Amino acid sequence: MTRSVESVLFGQLGPRGRARMRWWTAGSAVLVLGLVAAALAQLGHTGQLDRDRWSPLLTWGTQHYYLQGLANTLKIGLTGAALSLVAGTLAGLGRLSPRRWISLPSAAGIEFIRSIPLILIVYFFMLGLPEVGVRVPTFWQLGIPVVLHAGAVFAEIVRAGVRSVGRGQYDAAIALGLRRGTAMRLVVLPQALRILRPALITQLVRALKESSLGYIVGYPELMSDSRVLSQFSGNLLQTYVITGVYFVVLNFLLSGAATLVDRGAGPGARGRRRRPGPGLTTESVPRPLPQKAA
Amino acid sequence: MKLLLTHLAPLAGGLLKTLELTALAFPLAVVLGTLLGVCRVGPLPPLRAAGALYVHLVRNSPLFLVLFMMVFALPYAGVRVPLFWSSVIGLALYFGSYVCETFRSGVHSIPVGEIEAAQAIGLGFRGVLRTVVLPQAFRAMVQPLGNVCINVALASALATAFGVLDLTGQARAFNAQYAQPIASFVAAGIGYLLVTLTVGAATGLIERKVRILR
Repeated sequence: MTRSVESVLFGQLGPRGRARMRWWTAGSAVLVLGLVAAALAQLGHTGQLDRDRWSPLLTWGTQHYYLQGLANTLKIGLTGAALSLVAGTLAGLGRLSPRRWISLPSAAGIEFIRSIPLILIVYFFMLGLPEVGVRVPTFWQLGIPVVLHAGAVFAEIVRAGVRSVGRGQYDAAIALGLRRGTAMRLVVLPQALRILRPALITQLVRALKESSLGYIVGYPELMSDSRVLSQFSGNLLQTYVITGVYFVVLNFLLSGAATLVDRGAGPGARGRRRRPGPGLTTESVPRPLPQKAA
Repeated sequence: MKLLLTHLAPLAGGLLKTLELTALAFPLAVVLGTLLGVCRVGPLPPLRAAGALYVHLVRNSPLFLVLFMMVFALPYAGVRVPLFWSSVIGLALYFGSYVCETFRSGVHSIPVGEIEAAQAIGLGFRGVLRTVVLPQAFRAMVQPLGNVCINVALASALATAFGVLDLTGQARAFNAQYAQPIASFVAAGIGYLLVTLTVGAATGLIERKVRILR
């Protein structure tokens, strides 16, 4: 049983403290509900909660359109996440390379991309490159920036992961006669990537959120499709609230999965869990003899 | 390149706009995030639930959608805010949730034993909070808050999509006018690099200043 900071801070209240806490709880509940009620009242006052503003959006035809957008969002998200994993791993390992001519450009590239906004890269591919005669398909106008940006972030994650595996593992592999690349590929990287499993899902969530810039390049993902819907129905607020619900539910489920993987309950975690070597099992450690009650 | 140097003024103006957005949105996000953080680690279930709901909603939606709502959807609900300020508020609302999580992990980074020790030597609730919890929590927050500040500066570029002429917006305009994509976008990139390097250096400096030597 782990004790949290909160339980220790607020755990030991006397009867008077508990009574006071009940009042505060009731008061804060009133405050929260009051804020929600005020927001709803304002929306109702401006007619945004009217049934006929929402009902056209909940028909199957509209939802089908949303789902098409969702499919494209997933397409960008999955492509972006998958390619960024590859690019990020390569760039991260490049930065760790002992060869200067690999590590310096990798580090410079990662740092530069990490410190400029995604939308700037999007504009570069969408508005900049056509000026010099290079035209990229719409999907990649968004896809390449997402891969670059998410890849640069992942490169740093990989670097941290490789560092956390520890130099000892690497040195041991070298001592066994493995080459540098082989030691990295066979010993360090598999362990690092295992630590990074939750980060893979975070990476997907990041790419999914970034895919909303499809609105700017005109790729028909959730945000762009919502523009069409809102222009068609005239109910902008309602349309985008539903868009938000799609994003939140999708990402919430993925984040939940990330937490599960993090706790080691993810698929395959049980079977592949490393067992301690024979010399380290608790059974072989001599236990103190149980003391007899006097 | 020469063209760029003679037209540096608009780009500098854009950089200033980016800095304004950041300088207004980041403190607002810190205030909002700290309030949310207090709600989330506090003992009152309604506030804890409200804080958790807010953080989950905001962190799982794209910033672009949040800004879009502030700029285009809010007027339908009868709330009219000038474009610049709706961008600032959108950024503050979004990054408030990140500050909240920073605050929470700052508080959680304190060993429970220290709090128990403080209680054992007779410090009351306020004493524990003031002398043990908050000083350490705030120190643990310096680095993550610096990162949030950098992210606010970078994310403020999204305001361009709504017509705010910040650094990205000026780069886009420059490219549209002179058809110099490499020069204009790389110049803007260097502008952002300057901002992030400055904030990063400042964070490092502050962290070294407030560090507790053990």
